[in-house]
Amino acid sequence: MVDYEKIAEELKNWETKNAKDIQKVGEYINRSGIPIKLLYTPLDIKDVDYLGSIGFPGEYPFTRGVYPTMYRGRLWTVRQYAGFGTAEDTNKRYKYLISQGQTGLSVAFHLPTQCGYDSDHPMAYAEVGKVGVAIDSLKDMEILFEGIELEKITTSMTINSTCPQVLAMYFCVAAMQNVPNDKVGGTVQNDILKEYVARGTYIYPPEPSMRLVGDVIEWCYQNAPRFNSISISGYHMREAGCTAVQEIAFTLANGIAYVDHVTKRGIPVDKFAPRLSFFFAAQRDLFEEVAKFRAARRLWAKIMKERFGAKDPRSMLLRFHVQTAGVTLTAQQPYVNLMRNTIEALAAVLGGAQSLHVNSFDEAYAVPTEFAVTLSVRTQQIIAYESKVTATVDPLAGSYYVEWLTEQIEEKAMEYIHKIDEMGGAPVAIEKGFYQKEIADAAYKYQKDVESKKEIIIGVNEFVTEEEMPITTLKVDPEVRKRQIERLNKVKKERDNKKVEEALNKLRKAAEKGENIMPATFEAIKNYATIGETSNILREVFGEYKALTIV
Amino acid sequence: MSLELQQRKIRVLIAKPGLDGHDRGAKVVARGLRDAGMEVIYTGIRQTPEQIVQTAIQEDVDVIGLSILSGAHDTLIPQVVEKMRENGLEPGKNVLLLVGGIIPKEDAEELKKVGVNEVFGPGTPTIEIARYIEENVKKLKKGV
Repeated sequence: MVDYEKIAEELKNWETKNAKDIQKVGEYINRSGIPIKLLYTPLDIKDVDYLGSIGFPGEYPFTRGVYPTMYRGRLWTVRQYAGFGTAEDTNKRYKYLISQGQTGLSVAFHLPTQCGYDSDHPMAYAEVGKVGVAIDSLKDMEILFEGIELEKITTSMTINSTCPQVLAMYFCVAAMQNVPNDKVGGTVQNDILKEYVARGTYIYPPEPSMRLVGDVIEWCYQNAPRFNSISISGYHMREAGCTAVQEIAFTLANGIAYVDHVTKRGIPVDKFAPRLSFFFAAQRDLFEEVAKFRAARRLWAKIMKERFGAKDPRSMLLRFHVQTAGVTLTAQQPYVNLMRNTIEALAAVLGGAQSLHVNSFDEAYAVPTEFAVTLSVRTQQIIAYESKVTATVDPLAGSYYVEWLTEQIEEKAMEYIHKIDEMGGAPVAIEKGFYQKEIADAAYKYQKDVESKKEIIIGVNEFVTEEEMPITTLKVDPEVRKRQIERLNKVKKERDNKKVEEALNKLRKAAEKGENIMPATFEAIKNYATIGETSNILREVFGEYKALTIV
Repeated sequence: MSLELQQRKIRVLIAKPGLDGHDRGAKVVARGLRDAGMEVIYTGIRQTPEQIVQTAIQEDVDVIGLSILSGAHDTLIPQVVEKMRENGLEPGKNVLLLVGGIIPKEDAEELKKVGVNEVFGPGTPTIEIARYIEENVKKLKKGV
């Protein structure tokens, strides 16, 4: 047994002996507002019940990981978010990434696809193929996955407002490859709540949007048991400025809102909850990030078991994707970002991520070049194969600091979740601008801290060099818009327009009647109705959302 | 400079053209300039060049700050400049036109040729932007 009294006594002696030096170091408060001690000892975790709150990997409350053997059993999925130009351009990039050892795909759609506009819409004019691949109809999706076997690879798709259509496109392509629905694996983001808070690709007001989220979750559990029907995302809120604690609090509060919504449809929690997935950021405070991931796992398991009465352990698993933090990339000395990205990626791995994207060093300027993204893949592979951090499960468990910080983060996140519950839940808190205000305040505080050098950013406010580090950035072909609109026109000319019209009418009826829109969406998409056409039907039924602006 | 201009606060419009929803930078800059004593109006996201110029005129601003992280700057910013000129706003003459966001270096040079007065990339302190505005607003001839 540990003699805590003896340790306390010796700690006191040590503090007295080094009092002068200890006083000099001053206090340090991390970005989540948690004061960090100079030293942690067994005393800091003496009240932590190992079996109750840490336990074993693959066992409740899953603090140590969602699977018993973790990376010894199977590595995380190397999944670089990619997309630009036309479907041909991006297909080429995917094949390249796979040839370099990437093990999963992640589609970046251009903003018009995400916001429900076709490439020929005036709002799309400047954006075609810029931050993602241009997808207007099933035709584009067929080209995007040409020569890629959907039975063998899983694909994550960052799509929210137009998720029903894009999901239908993916399953249509799979069907063309003779892959049945129940063999198709992947993830759709389908997380509309955070779009109102950060990121901003909403179309319709919150209520009908929540309904569409529910339609997708319902369709997936009934038809696609290997598909993650949502990726409840903290990443974008974190990028917008919130702290690690706020990130998991807001994300899990949004998760609660989705589970509430779907269970209210009469679907038992254990039917759909095993296919809920999550997405977080990894920033540079390595131990805080590891503690955050561990705390998030424990919290979600408790929420699912205690709040929603889940019985199936799979319903309690917080399985998550991580992306390193775009906001930490600097335009100054861009190659230095490689080191930042490595630390962040390591945090994700030490935190037990299921899937990982490492940003590229040139992304403070543009969408990454092939060279830059290759280094991102290599970063993951070095951690996976050379660093040996995968040799044992949850290697930081038992660290006085990490266990203590895991508890702190869990406690502070839970306080936020209580507060959000008291406000009436996540949708109400978002409608009132609570998340937005918290995020804006944290972002501004960070900026002030950087400007006062309380936060040091290498190359930005310290170790600044005059000479430039020249880099070559990716240029999206300016002809993309022209080519994309040509294809769109061709599709519209060659398809059976009578069938499209019928399908769109069915979609309208389903939307009006409050039926699940997925069957009608499938019919429309299969007949090459476009993103813009289908979104316009829903705009007419649901109306458009006018944003709340909080500075 | 008229007495009225000396006394009134510098008025700034921060705007997000196009479909890009990333507005952390826009909001932080808006708040930083407000703290520096300026009057700041933020449009919110998804604005067309037309809407931005109309707001700039209605609000009688001295500075238009555009934030783009979506790579659409090459098309959207020349459109904003065109709309400005159609409405009698001339960057550097009677209004300052500033750009921030994810802009490759060579594109920043192109934007300046089109009429943008300055491009502020990632990592720029808000006080540096405030200082630039204070120095350059003085040189504007309002009401031209």
